[in-house]
Amino acid sequence: MTIAVASGKGGTGKTTVAVSLALSLEGSVVLMDCDVEAPNSHIFLHPIIAGEENVYISVPRIDESKCNGCGECSEICQFNAIVVPKNKPLLFLELCHGCGGCAMVCPKGAISEEKRKIGVVEEGWGMGIHSIHGSLSVGEPISPPIIKKIKQKQNTGETVIIDSPPGTTCPAVESVRGSDYAILVAEPTPFGLNDLILSVEMVKKLAIPCGVVLNRWDDERTIIEDYCLNEGIPIFLKIPEDRKIAEAYSRGVALIDVIPELTTAFRELIGRIKKELSSQTGKVEPSCTNLL
Amino acid sequence: MHELVVISGKGGTGKTSLLASIAVLSSNAVIADCDVDAADLHLLLKPDVKEHHEFIGGRVAQILQSKCRGCGECLKLCRFDAIRAYRNGRGERVFSVDPLSCEGCSVCVRFCPACAVDFKTRTSGEWFISMTRCGPMVHAKLGVASSNSGKLVSLVRKRSREIAEESNRELLLADGSPGIGCPVIASITGSDAALLVGEPSLSGLHDLKRVLDLTIHFGIPAFVCVNKWDINKELSEEIEELALSKGAFFAGRVRYDRGVTGAQLEGKTAVETNTPASEDIKKIWDYINTRLKGGRLCA
Repeated sequence: MTIAVASGKGGTGKTTVAVSLALSLEGSVVLMDCDVEAPNSHIFLHPIIAGEENVYISVPRIDESKCNGCGECSEICQFNAIVVPKNKPLLFLELCHGCGGCAMVCPKGAISEEKRKIGVVEEGWGMGIHSIHGSLSVGEPISPPIIKKIKQKQNTGETVIIDSPPGTTCPAVESVRGSDYAILVAEPTPFGLNDLILSVEMVKKLAIPCGVVLNRWDDERTIIEDYCLNEGIPIFLKIPEDRKIAEAYSRGVALIDVIPELTTAFRELIGRIKKELSSQTGKVEPSCTNLL
Repeated sequence: MHELVVISGKGGTGKTSLLASIAVLSSNAVIADCDVDAADLHLLLKPDVKEHHEFIGGRVAQILQSKCRGCGECLKLCRFDAIRAYRNGRGERVFSVDPLSCEGCSVCVRFCPACAVDFKTRTSGEWFISMTRCGPMVHAKLGVASSNSGKLVSLVRKRSREIAEESNRELLLADGSPGIGCPVIASITGSDAALLVGEPSLSGLHDLKRVLDLTIHFGIPAFVCVNKWDINKELSEEIEELALSKGAFFAGRVRYDRGVTGAQLEGKTAVETNTPASEDIKKIWDYINTRLKGGRLCA
């Protein structure tokens, strides 16, 4: 089973939830940190790295002695990574998506492809959790190939928890797609609601069922609860707004080590998701674990 | 005119809240919301939309079943796993494009021997020119699950710059998105300075380091501030030291203050409510403004 932890807004508590969920589960669990621009799960799991693999994309290399300046490469490139002013090709490799079109189209065979490193994927074990995380090299714009590489590394039989990047575009889509279920982490503020609505739209587009974990909850602000009730989206858990939690987070301490009772709540959450997934028509009961 | 972009690496550190307050304090800015993926600034500044435009992000391949001979060349050539192959009722191979995976590279279009791949432009979002109580604002909404966010960010910045020049505004304030990837790079390149909003947590420190390296990589002078600094005073110290060691300006600290969230719930910026943190924000803006105007940005 693969569960993605996602949110439109950044800093709502995705990593907090993903790490605590992974630590609560019984059996073999892998946490895939797909937020390769700002990966943080390793700060909580302290994995000992057993292996690392560079991630490359194929980019063009031009043999100028063969190039006749025809400009076909620039014409096929949709990303402005090759321009041919004055019959001499100029490359902007950070823009290259690695489609290979220029090398295929060059009538003189002047373009070959070489590997360009865009990041790294590290794999290890920390606190009993199989941990895989990636890191986009600073200055590189394109993260989805690293996310793809992380997701290829799953062992059979593991429960997969995906810590997704924020947002609703390519990196978030690449992380969440193919999951059985999405847990959307939201906070009860206008920003939080606005961005939750965007995430719900995204998972609907990907045809992935979803439920919400409400973070920084206080009982006066019900905007997320009202929305979820209206949309029929289950709220699994409410984590209170508490300075103690924020302080522990700042030191890299997992939520369930601050509030151990949550371990049971996270196990129940998974139980409810499993139940929903196994019953074809059934919906998750709209009850919620209340922590206050 | 100076262009200041607010970024953070880690999400949720307070970029938008801080930027909205600065927009109120500066009173002569053009505002650009470059977080086109999960834009929130409009919730505080309540823009009155004057112009509405569609954003054509790129193209998408589509296989015309009437022309397709089922050779599978597209499947072989596509590097983005965007071609889906299945068999129809008569056992023939049928191909189609998954638009969510298609990056619009045109390889299948160009090399299909039956010329059976259509390549239409796709509307992948919208953008707006609006008026707010703090000045003109350019903002956008990228379609959910769309791509080409960098292109839309560039467009938002370009229009904001034009408006700033036309209306003699002294400042362009851009709200960036989290991370260090394509939209962030598009929002900082060519900017006069970046304001990095850090959070005193191990995660915040880790991500701030990366985004600081990004500004160095692109040669953008950086200001660093720490939000909710009293949550972890030691880490706030570390962030300040990190900033100075990397040649950035340390612009100040904002205290942990639930009044900032309170302001957001009222649809206001922190400085409009006189919550305690607004004192800190004013100091930070004074620090930055003095240096922007003094032109002493190259450390």
